[in-house]
Amino acid sequence: MKALRLHRDLTRIWESEPGWRGVFSSVSHTDLGKRFIVAAAVFFGIGGVLAMLIRAQLATPGSAFAGPEVYGQIFTMHGSIMMFLFAIPMLEGLAIYLLPKILGSRDLAYPRLTALGWWCYLFGGTIMILALLGGVAPDAGWFLYPPLSGKEYTPGVNSDVWLLGITFVEISAMCAAIEIVVTILKFRAANMSLTKMPIMAWYLLATAGMMVFGFPPLILGSILLEVERAFGWPFFQPELGGSPLLWQHLFWLFGHPEVYIIFLPAAGALSTIIPVMSRTPLIGYGAIVTAVMALAFLSFGLWVHHMFTTGIPHLALGFFSAASVLVAIPTAVQIFAWIGTIWAGRPKFTLPMYYIVGFFVVFVLGGLTGVMLAIVPFDQQAHDTAFVTAHLHYVLVGGFVFPMLAAAYYWMPHATGRTRVMRLGIAAFWLIFIGFNLTFLHMHLTGLLGMPRRVYTYPVEAGWTWLNLISSVGSFLQAFGFGLFAIDIALQRRIGNRSERDPWEAETLEWAMPIPPPQYNFASLPTIDSREPLTRDRALGADLAGGRGLLGRAVGNRRETLAVDMVTGTPEHVAILPGPSLVPLVTAMVIGGFFLSMLLSLYWLAPVFIVGTAIMVWRWAATTGTIRDPGPIEAGEGLVLPTSFAVGGSTAYWGSVLAAAANGTLFASLIFGYLFLRVVAPNWPPPGEYGLYLLEPGLITIGAILALVFARFGRHNFVRAKVGAVATALCLALSAAVLLVSGLRHLPGPTEHAFAAVSWMLTGYAIFSAMVGALIQLFASRRVASGHASAERPHGLRIAAVWSDYGAVVAIVVVWLLALSSAAL
Amino acid sequence: MSTIDPAGPSAARVADLWWWMLGGSALLAVLVFVLLFIALFRKGVADHETPERKRVWIGWLGLAMPVGVLMVLLAFALWVGERNLPTGSAARTIDVTAYNYGWEFCDENGNCAEDVLRIPAGRAVDLDITSRDVIHSLWIPRLAGKMDAIPGQVNRLRIEASAPGTYEAVCAEYCGVGHADHRFVVEVYASDGVAEAAGAAR
Repeated sequence: MKALRLHRDLTRIWESEPGWRGVFSSVSHTDLGKRFIVAAAVFFGIGGVLAMLIRAQLATPGSAFAGPEVYGQIFTMHGSIMMFLFAIPMLEGLAIYLLPKILGSRDLAYPRLTALGWWCYLFGGTIMILALLGGVAPDAGWFLYPPLSGKEYTPGVNSDVWLLGITFVEISAMCAAIEIVVTILKFRAANMSLTKMPIMAWYLLATAGMMVFGFPPLILGSILLEVERAFGWPFFQPELGGSPLLWQHLFWLFGHPEVYIIFLPAAGALSTIIPVMSRTPLIGYGAIVTAVMALAFLSFGLWVHHMFTTGIPHLALGFFSAASVLVAIPTAVQIFAWIGTIWAGRPKFTLPMYYIVGFFVVFVLGGLTGVMLAIVPFDQQAHDTAFVTAHLHYVLVGGFVFPMLAAAYYWMPHATGRTRVMRLGIAAFWLIFIGFNLTFLHMHLTGLLGMPRRVYTYPVEAGWTWLNLISSVGSFLQAFGFGLFAIDIALQRRIGNRSERDPWEAETLEWAMPIPPPQYNFASLPTIDSREPLTRDRALGADLAGGRGLLGRAVGNRRETLAVDMVTGTPEHVAILPGPSLVPLVTAMVIGGFFLSMLLSLYWLAPVFIVGTAIMVWRWAATTGTIRDPGPIEAGEGLVLPTSFAVGGSTAYWGSVLAAAANGTLFASLIFGYLFLRVVAPNWPPPGEYGLYLLEPGLITIGAILALVFARFGRHNFVRAKVGAVATALCLALSAAVLLVSGLRHLPGPTEHAFAAVSWMLTGYAIFSAMVGALIQLFASRRVASGHASAERPHGLRIAAVWSDYGAVVAIVVVWLLALSSAAL
Repeated sequence: MSTIDPAGPSAARVADLWWWMLGGSALLAVLVFVLLFIALFRKGVADHETPERKRVWIGWLGLAMPVGVLMVLLAFALWVGERNLPTGSAARTIDVTAYNYGWEFCDENGNCAEDVLRIPAGRAVDLDITSRDVIHSLWIPRLAGKMDAIPGQVNRLRIEASAPGTYEAVCAEYCGVGHADHRFVVEVYASDGVAEAAGAAR
């Protein structure tokens, strides 16, 4: 009886608004996770259709099906869609849907940020697809190498679509990355220490951590290339001191970690599903966690293996070659841990298991060809041929698509509450598996026989005719397989039988809830004492539903969940989460306005949307917090905890720290770009006279140090908080003004030379960072005035200090870097 | 066009490397698949008390085996890579400029030719490769690995053909709508006699 009443009350608190308004205002991680997954699947379908067009074109030599212009758009969009609109959002969707459920929480750390990410993804992806339909899609290959993608050789809007559309979508990746890290570190079940986390959480922690540091180089590269295209700043033009290789470094500095960002969540699904299907615990939990962390770390040190033919000295290549083969080791550890687990257990031949076996076959072959390609002399032969095309499909389809298909069948009963209907899934598996290998296995040979990538046609004499025809036949088998899979999933959703709770006898918390899951996930929150809570206690789900856990009550409209100590999992505070809101949608639309005005070359309009975005973010932040603190509250089981309003280490604080880390990576990439151009690019030093200057650096140093001090003014004596915040904002704004003056006095126009372009970019970045810090401190002063920040709730000031400190440090670094390097020219 | 039908020492060394790696990979793949097959169909036990045998799976198979295999492979590869470098003197040095959509070859005397590279057989030749517009990649599959043609920089590639003949070459880096037809041929002449004196560009 109690369970039923609790269910009714909690549903009222946690459900989305009714009707259309609910569609636009929902912040539920279950809804948004499903939307991400469905949209990613739709984009996969579109990318798949493009793949079919490629295979139709290449089926015969001299085919007249598509000309080279159209073919350029097709293969570029196939790659871009599969990477940026399918793989990354699919793993985000999986994480968004699953994370709170496996951690024993009611939602993610920032529900409205989840929604913002969703809308950015949807709008950015839509821009890309509309461009494709309009025939103006990107056509320089999915890694968009300049100068081909530059203004001179791609005068149309094609490259801009990629740069702007993908950057728009990446906003959602950055949101998701920060949210995933903070959720894993803070929103866990009581007493779930790091070592008791489900293995999937470790994988997602590594993935999201990599995203925080992996995406900024690409975002920076995209900004630089777009600025070059739009305003003529010559970052990548060798005749003006730029270098096209800078783009390749920035792109692959992202692009290689990206491969592991895609693989790790899929591997996490395997590490979750294999033990359940083998009816035995995973062997080597600690070894796997170590391997995953090693993989995440190593993956940042081997981007150059995509550039073995660019003329980098052989010994340097040898270093990156060794680093590249090294990643085979943590991967091998996981492969053998999984086989060892199957060996130890008694495997069930369920549908997910079919796909897991398919994964082993395909991925192991892809891994082996990967080791081959890491070998410099061999790569110089195989690079940019069909061999690489075959390899990357073995790795990505083997390492991501097959595990995701297993995951789809494994978690479908959870999302829909229904079981699979027919044996359709088995047929789909065989079509996909056979079709895949028939497409790609002998494509390795096609490459070794000399067929380059990205050719729209080939002569009969080349001898690749049969090989290509077989690939095309295989690809169509595969397409039928995916079609059948889609039908199977649709049938399960519509007419599947009701599933019992926990149909797989699984071990993790997501199965300790009714399925399909209620909006609040858990009626009361579990306390954990082992890594496999369900194996220990099969009745856990019923207990939680009956309210025999933490926070098993309904208070007003308050959305409560538990926040814990990052390491030990000891309950720390009660996080109070925001409800449905239209703010994320409107914010995404304003950001979209910025991207559209850039895309349509309405550059005068773009600043309007930047201001608009700042206003929306201000409004967003203004609707958080409270002026009436409930004080410490009962959490159940005798626990009395403070609320998130009154603690220092809130999720907002840690999110700001991570945002600063990501931001710092972007900044570091920009400095790397500057040094790279200076050392490597031709046509340096720039023409003109340069010398040391000290006035502006001195003023900015004083201003920035004062900003650092004033930001701490209210720490010990809250009475001074408001004055401190205003003073900080003022110091930063003045520093920004001096930065601008310094640039105008000492730098040539940004279009004259790459030195000027990159110096202006650094100056602009420093001004932007200082202004963001100033605005946030201004906001903090308003919060003191309104009573949201008070002596009892001072942590808003701490968050503002993260941003203003960052702005101050960047200003100092930039102005000295420019002054000193100007002296050294 | 086949890399596994080499016609010069550099391509031959890489082809050898390929066959060794293919053999090794086949062995490893068979090992993994056999283990997986046995794991799937042997009579296991489904409980939580089975000894984990971590040493065998993770220590030996996961760590020790790949470390051993990869060390050997890296040493072999470094040896091959060093021998393919343009060290020591070359019989000729030819400036190559790639552009949309053609190739220009100029020898030391300033004689230039379009889309035909003429070199002597049995002699090492260095190509100094650059581009006039976008990034291209010079690839003569039967002679050597590829080297990018990048505007603003010059990359050197050592090639050598063992016997006279005609060899196909292509652009390997996507360079725009004409990429598929961005080709040239290498004409290798017997290195003794008059032909050599005539120079690289006829």
